[in-house]
Amino acid sequence: MSQFQLEIRVKPRPGLLDPQGKAIHNALHSLGWDSIEDVRVGKVIYLELEADSREIAVDRVHAMCRKLLSNPVTEDFEVSVSEEVEAEPL
Amino acid sequence: MRAAVVTFPGSNCDYDLYKAIQQVGGEASFVWHRERGLESYDAVLLPGGFSYGDYLRAGAIARMSPIMEDVVEFANNGGAVLGICNGFQILCEAGLLPGALVRNASLSFQSKDVRLRVERTDTLFTTGYTLGQTLRVPIAHGEGNYEADQRTLEQLETEGRVVFRYVDQAGETTEDANPNGSWHNIAGITNATGNVLGMMPHPERSMEQLLGSVDGVALFTSLGSNLAMLTN
Repeated sequence: MSQFQLEIRVKPRPGLLDPQGKAIHNALHSLGWDSIEDVRVGKVIYLELEADSREIAVDRVHAMCRKLLSNPVTEDFEVSVSEEVEAEPL
Repeated sequence: MRAAVVTFPGSNCDYDLYKAIQQVGGEASFVWHRERGLESYDAVLLPGGFSYGDYLRAGAIARMSPIMEDVVEFANNGGAVLGICNGFQILCEAGLLPGALVRNASLSFQSKDVRLRVERTDTLFTTGYTLGQTLRVPIAHGEGNYEADQRTLEQLETEGRVVFRYVDQAGETTEDANPNGSWHNIAGITNATGNVLGMMPHPERSMEQLLGSVDGVALFTSLGSNLAMLTN
């Protein structure tokens, strides 16, 4: 068993109006950053779990994303492992 | 009509719904989200509010409540299910209605009276209205912007599953009359079999002239009389 720290990035799907991103875009523009092409706002979820392998950990988190952590109608997700700590043998 | 008003931590329109059912001669009971079993009811109502503080996404956590398994089964067996505001968001998260309700295009919470046009008068909930009738009903939401993929949106229109739309004084679906950016001014939709209705506006707050409008009454009387006909 190893301990995994994972990072889940949930983003609004391309093509979907993201009013928060648009408001931030406008605000940045009015501050003088006028070369911005697009701003979209998503969220990051940090999760820790124990699993036998990295693949199992990622698979499990993918299942969580499909079931609860993202809404497939409006959001896409990406999962990455930020840290793996192998458990000390007993 | 025996109606279950399902309450979640953070529901806040549950008493309004309870009272609306009583006002039209129905019998209402509160069913806590951890309870199980809806067999003794002939309608299930999901109230507005902010279940679980809208954490993650509006309705996303409430959808995982034990009672929701029974709500899905009740709906799939043809039972009448009505979700208002947060209840609509929960029905979408649960997959009983297609699409999702995202942040209002204005980014601000909208609390005001809106005008709705009745697009369907052959559902369990709307037989008491006339086609094209306009209603004055309040809204109060930050995430009421109805979105879905293009195929779903086209399907909703071709199958005539839009039940209410936001309109202006003249009854037209203008951009100004749209309080949240919803596609095609959608305010309420039904499922393919017509027994599940989700809507963002609050008919249960339009039950007393003293409070500004009685345009919600016909929704509850429609439901009551249609259920009475079905059970007799």
